[in-house]
Amino acid sequence: MKEWWKSGSPWVWLNGGAVTVSMIMVFGLLLLILVRGFGHFWPHEVVQTYYEVPGTDRVEVVGELRRSETLTGQSMREAGAPIPEDQMVVTRHLFKLGNRDVTGRDFTYFIDDFLGEWRYPRDMTVLERREWGDFYGQPLRLLEAGRTVAEGADLWAEFRARLARSNRLYDEIRQIERGDIGNINFRMERVRLDQRRAELRGTLTPELERQFAERRAALDAEYAVLQERLDTLIEEARRDSIVMRAAGGQEVTIRLDRIVKAWQPNDMSVFAKVRFYIGDFFDFIFGYPREANTEGGIFPAIFGTVTMVLVMSIIVTPFGVLAAIYLREYARQGPLLRTIRISVYNLAGVPSIVFGVFGLGFFVYVMGGAIDRTFYPEALPAPTFGTPGLFWASLTLALLTLPVVIVSTEEGLARIPSTIRQGSLALGATKGETLWKVVVPLATPAMMTGLILAIARAAGEVAPLMLVGVVKLAPTLPIDGNFPFVHLERKIMHLGFHIYDVGFQSPHAEAAEALVYATALILVLLIVMLNLTAITIRNHLREKYRSESD
Amino acid sequence: MAAILPNENASQASLLPSVERRERLRRIRGIRDGISLYGVGAAGFGVIFALALIFFYLFYETFPLLKPVSMEVAYEISMPGDEEPAPTVHLTLDRFEGIGGRFSESGAITFFSPETGAILTRKQVNVPEDASVSAFGRSENRRSLFVYGFSDGSVLPLKLEYDQTFPEGVRVVTPRLSFPLGEEPMRIGDRVQGDYTALTVVEGRTGYVVAGGNRDGSIAMALFSARRNMLTGEVQISRQDYELPAISRPVRQLLINETLRNLFAIDDRGLLYNIDIVDPNRPRIIEQVQLVSDGASVTAADFLVGSRSLIVGGSDGSVSQWMLVRDEETNVPHLTRVRGFRQHPGAVTFIEPEYTRKGFLVGDDTGTVGLHYATSGVTLKKIPVSGQPVTRIAVSPINRLALVKGEDSDALRVIRMDNPHPQASLSGLWGRVWYEGRSEPEYIWQSSGADDAFESKFSLVPLTVGTLKAALFAMLLGTPLAIMGAIYTAYFMAGPMRRIVKPSLELMEALPTVILGFLAGIWLAPYIENNLPILVSVLILLPLGMLAFGYGWTRLPTHIRHIIPPGWEAALLVPVVLLLGWVAITTSPWIEVAFFGGSMRQWFTDVGIPYDQRNALIVGLAMGFAVIPTIFSIAEDAVFNVPRHLTQGSLALGATPWQTVVGVVLPTASPGIFSAVMIGFGRAVGETMIVLMASGNSPIVNFNMFEGMRTLAANIAVELPETSVGGTHFRILFLSALVLLVLTFVLNTAAEIVRQRLRKRYASL
Repeated sequence: MKEWWKSGSPWVWLNGGAVTVSMIMVFGLLLLILVRGFGHFWPHEVVQTYYEVPGTDRVEVVGELRRSETLTGQSMREAGAPIPEDQMVVTRHLFKLGNRDVTGRDFTYFIDDFLGEWRYPRDMTVLERREWGDFYGQPLRLLEAGRTVAEGADLWAEFRARLARSNRLYDEIRQIERGDIGNINFRMERVRLDQRRAELRGTLTPELERQFAERRAALDAEYAVLQERLDTLIEEARRDSIVMRAAGGQEVTIRLDRIVKAWQPNDMSVFAKVRFYIGDFFDFIFGYPREANTEGGIFPAIFGTVTMVLVMSIIVTPFGVLAAIYLREYARQGPLLRTIRISVYNLAGVPSIVFGVFGLGFFVYVMGGAIDRTFYPEALPAPTFGTPGLFWASLTLALLTLPVVIVSTEEGLARIPSTIRQGSLALGATKGETLWKVVVPLATPAMMTGLILAIARAAGEVAPLMLVGVVKLAPTLPIDGNFPFVHLERKIMHLGFHIYDVGFQSPHAEAAEALVYATALILVLLIVMLNLTAITIRNHLREKYRSESD
Repeated sequence: MAAILPNENASQASLLPSVERRERLRRIRGIRDGISLYGVGAAGFGVIFALALIFFYLFYETFPLLKPVSMEVAYEISMPGDEEPAPTVHLTLDRFEGIGGRFSESGAITFFSPETGAILTRKQVNVPEDASVSAFGRSENRRSLFVYGFSDGSVLPLKLEYDQTFPEGVRVVTPRLSFPLGEEPMRIGDRVQGDYTALTVVEGRTGYVVAGGNRDGSIAMALFSARRNMLTGEVQISRQDYELPAISRPVRQLLINETLRNLFAIDDRGLLYNIDIVDPNRPRIIEQVQLVSDGASVTAADFLVGSRSLIVGGSDGSVSQWMLVRDEETNVPHLTRVRGFRQHPGAVTFIEPEYTRKGFLVGDDTGTVGLHYATSGVTLKKIPVSGQPVTRIAVSPINRLALVKGEDSDALRVIRMDNPHPQASLSGLWGRVWYEGRSEPEYIWQSSGADDAFESKFSLVPLTVGTLKAALFAMLLGTPLAIMGAIYTAYFMAGPMRRIVKPSLELMEALPTVILGFLAGIWLAPYIENNLPILVSVLILLPLGMLAFGYGWTRLPTHIRHIIPPGWEAALLVPVVLLLGWVAITTSPWIEVAFFGGSMRQWFTDVGIPYDQRNALIVGLAMGFAVIPTIFSIAEDAVFNVPRHLTQGSLALGATPWQTVVGVVLPTASPGIFSAVMIGFGRAVGETMIVLMASGNSPIVNFNMFEGMRTLAANIAVELPETSVGGTHFRILFLSALVLLVLTFVLNTAAEIVRQRLRKRYASL
C-alpha cells in the first residue's frame, strides 16, 4: 500500500478520474438534452386519480406525470405539507394538469402518500388548444351550432372529422391574414413611402398625388374583398364545439376552431404513438409559435437562424479567405506581421458581447443611421437600417467569426507543401496564377472547415445577437414573396435566443420547459452535426497532405 | 534561343502564338497578377482595419466620459425689460434654450431671447390693489411651479408651460402662464401677516401646498385642491389651513419635499427646523440642525431634483449636501450632512439645481459661479462671471446654457457649458458613494429607476467583483479537472481512447453556452437546491472511490489485470463514477435528515448564510463546464508535445511514470498549462449567457458561494438595449465592454506569447 502510494499511481488514477468525470459530464449533458428534448413529443399517458390530503376534501386529479422526486420530510413540512413528524422522506409527483383557464394551475405537485389509485381511462382526451395550453378531460357531446350531433361511441370519429374540417378552415384564414392581407399592408406602406419620397424631393405633382390615391383605393378594394371572405370563413369555423368533462366533473365547452390537435393517449398503440410522435415533431419544426412562444413550433426561429448564418457566410467567406491569403502569401513576414497575426487570432478569444456592443454602436447607430439618412429619408423618423436587424446581426457575427476562418485558412495554406508552389512558379506561372490555380484550390477543404466552424460558432452565439437584431417575436420572416424578397433590415428570431427568452422570460416557464428542451435539442444537433463535418473534413485533409508531402 | 523563334517555314509553324499575342497575354497576366496582389492586399488590410476599428470605436465612444467640463461666459445681453425698474425675483430658460424668462417684483414676466436679449412677449400677473409683491417662491425646477406672495398676505401660484407648434415644419415655442388655482390671489391661513419673508409651493397628489413664513417666525401652510364639478365644469377650489409650530427667529427660507413629509424652515442664523408634516393636522418639530459652522449663516439653500437632498450654502462660502438618513437603530430619519463641496471664495448667494440631474450651480458674492455635481461629490468648474455678487442664476433643462445676473447689474451674463457626463468620475465609478436614501456610502449599480429624479448609481465595483467571482468559481471547478484530464490524456492514455476523448471534449467547446446556461438555470439550480448534500458527498466520495478502486485493481490477479492494458484506467473508472454518483444522489435526502435537520437549504439560512437558488456555485459549475474544453485542449497539446526523449530519459533512470510527470513533464509544459489557464480565465470573464441565465443578476458585492452576482458582460446584455444613445449610462456600458475587450485581449496575447516561446523551446530541445 505504502509503496503503491509512493509510486504515484494514485495520482494517475485521480487524473484518469478527471477525464472520466469530464466525459461523463459531456455525455450526460447530451443525454439529458436528448431524452428531455425528444420526450417532449411523446404522447404521455393521462392519469386519473384522486388526491386527499388529511383533513381536506378529496379532489379528482387528471393529468400527465412530469417527474417524481424524493425530498426530506423536514423540508416538505417547512413548505407547509402535512407530513407526519416521523416520516423521513417524501416522494412527490409533478403533474401537468392543463386546463389553465379552468383551474389556473396547470402544473402541480402531489405528495405520493395522499394520492389514490392511478387509473388510465381509455377515453381520456388531450386537446392542444390555440390558447390557454392543453386541456385534459373526457369528451361528452359534440355540438353543431349548439345542437348535439354526436354522443357516446361514434363521438370520437365524428369529432376527428370535424376537427380536420375546422383545421382546414383555420389554415385558410391564416393564409389570408398572414399572406394576402400582409401583402396588401406591405404595398400600402410602399405607396406611403413613395408619396413621402416624392414630397421630400419636391416632385409631388397633383397628377402623382392622384395616382397614389388611385393605388391606395385599389388596395383598399382588394382588402375589402379579402375581409369579406375572411368574415365568412371565421363564421364557418365557429360552427362546431365539443363539451368536455374536466377533472372534478365540470363541463367545459370548447369551440373546435380553438383546438389544434386532439388525441387519446391511453387508447393509442405504440405504433400509433410513434406516428403521432413523428407528426408532432414535424409540427414543431415547421409550425409557428403560439402563446408568447411557449407553444407551437419554432419554424421562424430555425428560419431566422439559418438565414442569418447564410448571410453571415456570404460576408465572412471572401473576407476571411482573402485576409488569410494576404497574411500568408503576400504580406512581408516580420515582427509587425506576427503582431498582427497574434492580434487577429486573439480576437477569437474576445467575449462575444463586445462584438455585440461594437455592432450596436457602430453598425446599427453609425452605419445604419447614415444609410437611413441617405437612402431611406422618406421613412424617417422610423428607422429602416438604423435599428437592429438581420443584416447587422449577420455582419456582427461575420466579424466575430472572421478569426476562425482566417486561422483555418492560414493553416490550410501552410500545410500545402512548398514543392507544389515552387513547381508552379518554375513552370513560369505568375505568383497570382500559382495562388489562384494551384494553392487556393488545394486549400479549399481548409476553407470549408473554417467556414463550417464559423457557422457552428455563429449558430450558437446569442449574447451579441440580443443587441443587434434578434427579437422574441418577429411578425414577418426575413424572406417572403414581397419585393425585394430578402429583407435585410427585418428583425429575426433565433434558436438560441428563443431558448433564453422562453426559458427565462416567459410567464409559463414550467409549461414551456419541455419546449425549450426540444429547441435546445435542435440547436445541439445542428451544431454537433456542423462540427463533426468540419472535424471529418479536417482529418481527411491532414491524411491527404501527410501522404502527399511524404 | 533560336528554337523558339517562329520558323520561316510555314509547314513547320510553331505551336506558340505570335509575338504580339504573347506580348498581350503577358501583359494581361501581369495585370491579373497585379489585381490579385492589390485585391488581396486591400481585402487583407480591410479586415485588419475592421478588427482594429473595434478598439478605436469603443475608445471613441468612451472618450467623452473623460472629457473635461467646459464652462465659459459666452457673451452678455442687456437686462430685458430694463425700462421697468422692479428687481428680478426669478430667471428661467426653456428646454430649447430659445426663450428666457424674467420674473420681476412688479408681477411682470418678460420673455426674451437669450441670444440677443430681444423681448419676445410679456405677461402680467394680477397683483391685488394696494399691495405689492413681498415674496417669491418656487417648486423644483422641473415642475415650473412658482408662487408670488403679496403684502396683503395673499399668494398666487402659477405654472409656466411651453407650447410647441410646427407651422410649416418649423418648431415654434411659445411660453404660456397657467394658474392652477385661478388667476386671483388668495390667502393662506389667517394667522400669519402678509409680509412673507419666505414662501414655497409644492404640487402634491391631492393639490398644491403653499407655505409662507414671516419675520416673527410664524409659518402658515395651506393645501389647495382644485376639483372640477362634473356637471357644470366649474372648478372649485377648496382650501385647508394647517397650523405649524412657530420658530423663534425670522424665517429665511422654507422648503417642502415632494413627498410632503417634511417642511424645512431655516432661520436667519442657519438653524434648520425639521418639521414633520406627514399628518399636517399634527405637525411637530423633529429636530433642529445647525447647517453651517458657528458664526456663519445660511445664505442659500435648495433641494436637488427629487427633493431628497438639500444643498446648503453658507456665508463663509461653504457648500454642503444634506439628506434625511435613517438611523440604523431607531429607524428615524435625521437630516445628516453627507458631503461638502469645494469652498467658494465668498458668501454663497444663490443655488440653482439642474432639472434632471443631481448637479447644481452656485453663485457667490465675489461674482464666481461654480458647477458642482452631488453624486460624485465633485466641483466640476468654477469661473469668475461678474465683479459683483451673483443674485440669480437660471440653468436650462438640458444643462448647456445658464443665465447669471449680478447685483446692480443691468446685464445678464450668458454661460455656455458642456458637461454631459458629470457622474463618470473615477471616484463615482470605483469609490464608495453615499447615494440618496441610503444610510451609508456604498458600492451600488442601479442604472435606472421609476422616477425622473432617480439618482443613477454607476459603481463598477459590484460588476467587477461579480465578474471575478463568477470566473473564480468557474476556474475552481474547471482548472483541476481540465489540467488533470489533460495530463492523463496526453501522457497516460492509450492511443485509441485518446482519439475519442480529445475530439469529444473539443466538441464540447462548440456547445452553445445558451444551452449550458439554460440547463444550469432551469434544471441544475433547483435540483441542487433540493439536493445540496450531493455536492459534498460527490466531492468526498469520488476521489476516495477512485483511489480505492485503483488500489483494489493492483490486488487483482495478474491475468485479470492483463486483459485491460495500462492507459485504460479512465474507461475502467466509468462504472465506478456512475455508481458513486448514483450513491450520492440516493443518499442525499438521508444525509439531510441525519446531519442537517432535514433540510440543508434551511440549515444554511439558520446558520446565517444567505442562499439564492441561482448562485455563484451554479454559475461556477456551468461555466466551469464551459472552460474545461478550452483549458483541456491547450494544456493537452502542451503536455503531449513535451519531447519524448526527456520523458524516456527520466523513465530510464528509474523514475516511475508519475515521478516523470511531476519532475520532467510538468516543469517543461508548465508555461503551456499556464497559458491554457489564462485563456480559460479570459473565456470565463467574458462569458455572457451562462451568467445571465444562472446567476440571478443581482449586482451585489461579496464572494459568498451561495449568492448570485452580475457580471460586466451580463450587465451589458441586459441594459444596453434599453439605454439612450450617447448618455452617461450608454458610455459607461461601452466602457465596460472596452474593459472586457482589453482584459481578454491582454490575457490572450500573454498566453499566446508564452505558447510561442514554449514551442521554440520544444524545438530546441
